[in-house]
Amino acid sequence: MEFFRLKRVIPFMKHALVFNVISLVTFVLAVIFLATRGLNLGVDFRGGTLIEIAYSQPADLGHVRAVIDKMNLGEFAVQSFGSSNSALVRLPLKEGLSTAQLSDRVMTALKADDPGVTQQRVEFVGPQVGKELYENGALALLLVCIGIVAYLALRFEWRFAVSAIVANLHDVVIILGCFALFQWEFSLPVLAAVLAVLGYSVNESVVIADRIRENFRKMRKATVPEIINSAITSTLSRTIITHGCTLMMVLSILFFGGETLHYFAAALAIGICFGIYSSALVMASLVMWLGVSREDLVKPERTGAGSAEKILP
Amino acid sequence: MNRYPLWKYVLIAVALVIGIVYTLPNFFPEVPAVQVSTSKSNIKIDTSTLQSVETALKAANIAYRGEMVDATGVKVRFADPDTQLKAKDTIQAALNPDPNNPNYIVALNLLSSSPTWLAKIGALPMYLGLDLRGGVHFLLQVDMQAALEKSADRYLTDIRSLLREKKVLYSGIAREGQTVAIRFRDPAERVRANEEITNAFPDLQLRDVEGGSETRLVASLKPEAQKRIQEGAVQQNITILRNRVNELGVAEPIVQQQGADRVVVQLPGVQDTARAKDILGRTATLEIRMVDEDPTAQQQALAGQVPLGDDLLTDRNGAPVLVKRQVVLTGDRINDAQPGFDQRTNEPAVHVNLDGSGARIFKEITRDNVGKRMAILLVEKGKSEVITAPVIREEIGGGKVQISGRMSTREANDISLLMRAGALAAPMEIVEERTVGPSLGKENIDKGFDSVLYGFIVLAVFICAYYQLMGVISTISLAVNLLLLIAILSMLQATLTLPGIAAVALTLGMAIDANVLINERIREELRWGDTPHAAIQAGYERAWNTILDSNVTTLIAGLALLIFGTGPVRGFAVVHCLGIMTSMFSAVFVSRGMVAIVYGGRKKLEKISIGQVWKPAT
Repeated sequence: MEFFRLKRVIPFMKHALVFNVISLVTFVLAVIFLATRGLNLGVDFRGGTLIEIAYSQPADLGHVRAVIDKMNLGEFAVQSFGSSNSALVRLPLKEGLSTAQLSDRVMTALKADDPGVTQQRVEFVGPQVGKELYENGALALLLVCIGIVAYLALRFEWRFAVSAIVANLHDVVIILGCFALFQWEFSLPVLAAVLAVLGYSVNESVVIADRIRENFRKMRKATVPEIINSAITSTLSRTIITHGCTLMMVLSILFFGGETLHYFAAALAIGICFGIYSSALVMASLVMWLGVSREDLVKPERTGAGSAEKILP
Repeated sequence: MNRYPLWKYVLIAVALVIGIVYTLPNFFPEVPAVQVSTSKSNIKIDTSTLQSVETALKAANIAYRGEMVDATGVKVRFADPDTQLKAKDTIQAALNPDPNNPNYIVALNLLSSSPTWLAKIGALPMYLGLDLRGGVHFLLQVDMQAALEKSADRYLTDIRSLLREKKVLYSGIAREGQTVAIRFRDPAERVRANEEITNAFPDLQLRDVEGGSETRLVASLKPEAQKRIQEGAVQQNITILRNRVNELGVAEPIVQQQGADRVVVQLPGVQDTARAKDILGRTATLEIRMVDEDPTAQQQALAGQVPLGDDLLTDRNGAPVLVKRQVVLTGDRINDAQPGFDQRTNEPAVHVNLDGSGARIFKEITRDNVGKRMAILLVEKGKSEVITAPVIREEIGGGKVQISGRMSTREANDISLLMRAGALAAPMEIVEERTVGPSLGKENIDKGFDSVLYGFIVLAVFICAYYQLMGVISTISLAVNLLLLIAILSMLQATLTLPGIAAVALTLGMAIDANVLINERIREELRWGDTPHAAIQAGYERAWNTILDSNVTTLIAGLALLIFGTGPVRGFAVVHCLGIMTSMFSAVFVSRGMVAIVYGGRKKLEKISIGQVWKPAT
């Protein structure tokens, strides 16, 4: 079985402009969604209280709402969660109210209403901690970017580093855009997923960059676009199969991992799908436009050491 | 061709054996157990403790399955939760004859049923996070400003007695925020005061302030002293929290400092979160003040006009007590408090041990106030309650104080516990809470396990079909990766969380990348007409660089998460980073070894089973 029987080098770079326009449009759309709708930040970042409750019978959300409404706790939300027996109650931070006691009060009220209710999970994050988690998240993102750029610049060349990080940050923005568009909850695990995707998609760029460098050594007569096309074409099979495999695992988490991991897996899935596209096509065309050349990658004394010259037919 | 040196096989074999041994404990189910430990330093847990536990269980005719003593205490396993509960009560009754002053903490726990020899070599099951085993996580913030204010309060008392002792004339002294301001009429006295205070309290820095008719001297803590006090406050609060947690009888509690001013408390398996919060959140501090004995003042107070400088409080029986507002001593001057008996009257009493400065103040106060009453106050959430208001019988020096006066043994126990553990150095507030019920924890484990299992099966089927024998080798090396990852997690006892399990699944999905790279490369080499042996050689060699590069970038992301992540994210990052390491080993080393076993021996290799290799027509 072999899926990819590529008879000739696909001239990806001829359509570089098209790919980048597509990227740009998606990117701009993502930014627009982020700006207009904003991220639906979870309790982790915004602070507040989240209580997961379970009934022995299907939960009557309207009734739960009515019970909590009587307690006068500000703007709260009740939604179903996972199975129909479970519900999620979100309470905002409230000045002057000892938040640690809040969940106990809500549970007491709900228990008084229906003794069958059980508390499955409580998450309370104070305003200060929420802010710190937010800042730490941003710092982690920054550190990952700097680390990756530094490593790629050292291992390859600055043009690759810049192109790779631009291409992959564009993935991150698109994931965030999806979260803004659908108003999915952005929590700590989702942030972890975003950063993992960043590291993972850079893999892709590394593989292609590796090939480009190798091709520069081997194909001495070819032009830069030809070299890049050849590199993308010859790694295409690996790209699709690897990402397909990772995607299988991620989908497995999405379907079997339960509600808690749902958005985590969703972020990974989106990231992987866009990662294929952007790291291969966007990154490569950026490298081309930044004007990469043979001299940048192949040190003169090592050119002779390359193996026999092979040019894709 | 394609032989592999012996030492590499040995390395792989050793890794596999270690991997299997350390993964093994995870397959044994958890059984109910009772754990006996102690919070007291003078009590040692050893085989004699175990013997008394065994004797008690035998006497009560309770069957148990295996017992052991280790650093954390005595552990006894039982067949079912009912026996476990019965055994807990039996052991509790046998070891703690006095329930008010327990020497041992008897807690319910779940223990792996793995054989003892595994535990002896340190092979334990993975350490599950709270989201998997259920329990409570609290993050408490210590109020540092309050700690500094309290220390200023203490200096206020100290400076006042110093100035009196040295006969320095001052017209007033008061705490202003975190500083102490002393007012003088005579600037010469201020110079003297400055000298005396500088000599006596090296931690204070002094500043002259001129204003209106008076000159003032403002004392504040030096920055290094501030830092020391804040560190001390956090440490003291941690000690107090540990004592309180011990009251709850939790098997493996975690109380530790996080950052400069925070304390993490994790109580696995605790269900009654309301009680846990109540016990942890008690913000009691102790104060000793004098009772205002003036009859007219008392009458006025009872009539509703509390004199200036006094507070009207009630004692435990609800009787009113009028106390002076000036605090003589605070709870942090207490080194130790133990229940006991008055040697003369044989009445229950509390023996209190004060620190040096406390002893000095106490001596002065008792000398000046023989025959008068002093009140011991418990201040909780801004409300003060008089625990006891004994009469001072004589001057008490040496810092050894005995509090007695119509209290029962139980009260003596309670008061000594409060004096020991009740006084927080600074108030604390819960700033983060994560509670997971046990059924949800179980559900999380099952779901996490399912997602790894199903993902792995689909992946294995696909890879085996696509790359045939090479695919089987890739799948086996992926399984080795999983084995090693679990072994390392068990060995390090790193906390496994639900995102951690997701990271296991994700790591497997990403680790296959290395195998795909290698296999594709081999196919490509074959396509160019290389011999099978050369193709394998070249495939592994060429792919290695790429694998290294791509894993380093993934590792960068993992490390950033490890540095900045807390809680669930950290659990993800730990597994992610470890998984990258194990995948490099298994994908390159192990799979190469297997290829060498399968193909290495054959001199003339016609074909590799790697699926169809399509060659473009030329």
